[in-house]
Amino acid sequence: MMNQIVQGILLGGYYALIACGLSFMFSVMRIINLAHGSLAVLSAFALWLLASRFHIPPFLGLAIVLPLMAVIGWALQRFLLERSARGGALLPILTTFGLAIVIDNVLFEQFGADTRSLAPFIGSLSYDSWEWPGSIYVGKLAVIIFVTAVVLLGGLQLFLTRTGLGRSIRATSEDPDTAGLVGVDARRANAIAAAIAMVTVGLAGAFLGMRATFDPYAGATQLLFAFEAAVIGGAGSLWGTLIGGIVLALAQTLGATVHPQGFLIGGHVAFLIVLFIRLYTSGLGLRGLLGLASGKAS
Amino acid sequence: MSLLSVEDLVVRHGLLQAVRGVTLSVERGETLALVGANGAGKTTLLRAIAGAHQAASGRVVFDGADLSGVPSHERVRKGVALVPEGRRLFVQMTVEENLLLGRTAGRPGDWSVERVLETFPNLKPRRRAKAGHLSGGEQQATAIGRALMSNPDLLLLDEVSLGLSPLVVDRVYASLHGLISSGTTIILVEQDLNRALSVSNKVICMLEGRVALAGDSRNVSRDEVTKAYFGLHRAGGVPA
Amino acid sequence: MSAVSPVIERGTSASRIAGIGVVAIIAMLAIAPQFLSAGSVDRMTALFIYVILAAMWNALAGFGGLVSVGQQVFFGLGAYFAIRLANAGLNPFVSLFVSAIIVGAVSWPISLFMLRLKNGEFAIGMWVIAALTHLLVNLDRLIQGETGTSLISLNVYDASMRRVTIYWLALASMTALLAVLFGLLRGSTGAAIRAIRDNEDAAASVGVRVTGTKRLLFVLAAFGIGVAGALWLATAITFQPKTYFSVQWTAYMIFMVLVGGIGTFEGAIIGALIFFLIETWFGGAGVWYLIGLGATALVFSLLLPRGLWGTLEERFGWRLLSVGYRVRLPAVGAADLAADTTASAQTTTHREKA
Repeated sequence: MMNQIVQGILLGGYYALIACGLSFMFSVMRIINLAHGSLAVLSAFALWLLASRFHIPPFLGLAIVLPLMAVIGWALQRFLLERSARGGALLPILTTFGLAIVIDNVLFEQFGADTRSLAPFIGSLSYDSWEWPGSIYVGKLAVIIFVTAVVLLGGLQLFLTRTGLGRSIRATSEDPDTAGLVGVDARRANAIAAAIAMVTVGLAGAFLGMRATFDPYAGATQLLFAFEAAVIGGAGSLWGTLIGGIVLALAQTLGATVHPQGFLIGGHVAFLIVLFIRLYTSGLGLRGLLGLASGKAS
Repeated sequence: MSLLSVEDLVVRHGLLQAVRGVTLSVERGETLALVGANGAGKTTLLRAIAGAHQAASGRVVFDGADLSGVPSHERVRKGVALVPEGRRLFVQMTVEENLLLGRTAGRPGDWSVERVLETFPNLKPRRRAKAGHLSGGEQQATAIGRALMSNPDLLLLDEVSLGLSPLVVDRVYASLHGLISSGTTIILVEQDLNRALSVSNKVICMLEGRVALAGDSRNVSRDEVTKAYFGLHRAGGVPA
Repeated sequence: MSAVSPVIERGTSASRIAGIGVVAIIAMLAIAPQFLSAGSVDRMTALFIYVILAAMWNALAGFGGLVSVGQQVFFGLGAYFAIRLANAGLNPFVSLFVSAIIVGAVSWPISLFMLRLKNGEFAIGMWVIAALTHLLVNLDRLIQGETGTSLISLNVYDASMRRVTIYWLALASMTALLAVLFGLLRGSTGAAIRAIRDNEDAAASVGVRVTGTKRLLFVLAAFGIGVAGALWLATAITFQPKTYFSVQWTAYMIFMVLVGGIGTFEGAIIGALIFFLIETWFGGAGVWYLIGLGATALVFSLLLPRGLWGTLEERFGWRLLSVGYRVRLPAVGAADLAADTTASAQTTTHREKA
């Protein structure tokens, strides 16, 4: 039992990683990017391509893929989201949904239906583990993912609170018009925020590929995980995302022990329960639940 | 050359014309008071100068450069700063963070967080407080300080006394006197006519989006301004 | 602007002709199976189902302002309940509609919860509901997980009789659902719906029952999509949860409505027709076909967010099936107005804001 809890917490690190980009973009630009999961899978495929075709190990491949993801994020904001957000709150949902369909099917066209994994390219890391007291075995990769998530969330928090650019992004998320009036280039701030979000998505995609398998249509599931973790934990801070990820993972672990099909059901049910409680106790609506980046200073 | 000249400026909100052909100029070091009834177009004019509204026609020339199509953040870089109506602070951020944001444009100058805190001593103990938790006077001081942090050549003040107690307004205006004597060019929108006339050296009264009266603050009489305010000039007597 | 009183009319002469045309088209469609091949009858049935899907998603998103990417939940449930009911001994054809009623009933408690979410949260929240429902249906022993099952009891009917019956049922369902939606939009609820579409907060402030109206649209859309799912099951016979609970169904709905014209009654129908033709011609292109659909939706959302019909309607003031009122200023008065507004602005005044 203790073993499962530890594994659940570590898995929560992965969910926090995939959720933080989604919640970051939502808090800054008020957009839920439905192509979020598909972009993570795109990153995983890019690393797989580099590893299998050019023999570049995934951790090294990140040096190529992450800057690429940043460029994608920047372009996504400048050419798609900025334009569609002008048409109201509903249009970006449709735009990013269309984008997700395009990405998924282009990946399918390129790579076929086979499930892939980055595990073969990271050597023994995919199965090595440490033994902790109480004969609990923890995978080295799972620990690396968890630590990465913590470092990333902490780094993001420091960036947002301690740097001028971070303050500009927070100001833009709070009130883009006024941000312009005090000298902040809101378009630039949004594009940078999107680039940062996509770097985290790229990282999440890499770990998705290392710890599990993926196929061209795996994006939808990852999007749902990201959304659920962000909502469960989003009490107003990036750290909430980590808690949300852990709760989601524990609920899935619990679900799996109850029923062989219960892994995903457990997660969805936990999400709905948390949502239910929040909606009926806070009256804030989800805007409050997802928490705004601007609240991160506290 | 005037620091700012507005030439036949028209600003629309949808089909509504909020500013209908305003021409004015402000010299370096001057303080211009904009007065007029609610809806006369004062706030829209200030926001158009700051770049928050796009002009439908006409132009705004600042320091010799045409600002048409220049976004608001670029205008801050050129030296135009607006203290918007209702303060519009970033309420989730601290006083200090709000002030630091004013520095984003990166113009060289003397203003620093320390100097703002000295100018507005009431902010000193509130430095790390969230802007949303401030009193009205503290908020106004922060908003003015935030604009000053960009070391502007032209400071636009929109109803800085709105919602403040008379005592606090006195304090805000006392700090403005310091700014004026230091040579900062100011355009201010003010409902209180006496205050507007006493602090400025030029006054413009707007009516239905147009300039109804322009003159020297010391020479115009209260009566003239009041007439322009209610449009009695044009109607030639009793309002219909 | 003194003595000119505007004329308020419902529809245009074109819309009256269109009304007669609609009746004629439905009559022709009703007798069409006599002249069509078996394959064509099946395709036409699919078209009717697409029209239902498009119209229902449009009712939700275009009129209710509720963009959902989880509507496949009602499509899947429509088929699933039909299977369950038929398995319990109910006549399979009757099962189709009882199933849809159950779907509508199920959607009501869901709406209580989901309508508290806004925009993107609602969209993806519905997707979570769909994913969860899919997993729960998989647990049903009758369904046997992803293996699925069939609507076996339908096999007792002769194949050609079954085909034509389903065709007629689909035609009747489509006509009835469109009529209900049309009536809803034209009635007093329609004014509320359009007020919400144009500005939700303003609508609420003048006393429009925003939540109640949205709930009505949500339940109607769920019911309609449930009918569509059940009809699809009737044509396909086999039920595999993966196929029915696929997000692809919602992708099709979005494509149809976005291309046709979101928030316009005619747009959804035109979008379904276009989708049907594209599928007929390019459906064989496999993955490129799907890429094309996604890319088209993407491009429309960016460049032509009003869709084909919405754009034409705005440009030319077209109105075939009039759901609202329009205010026409008599020529004398219009001249006054024209001084200040361009020709295109004038057609905008013809847009329904009733």
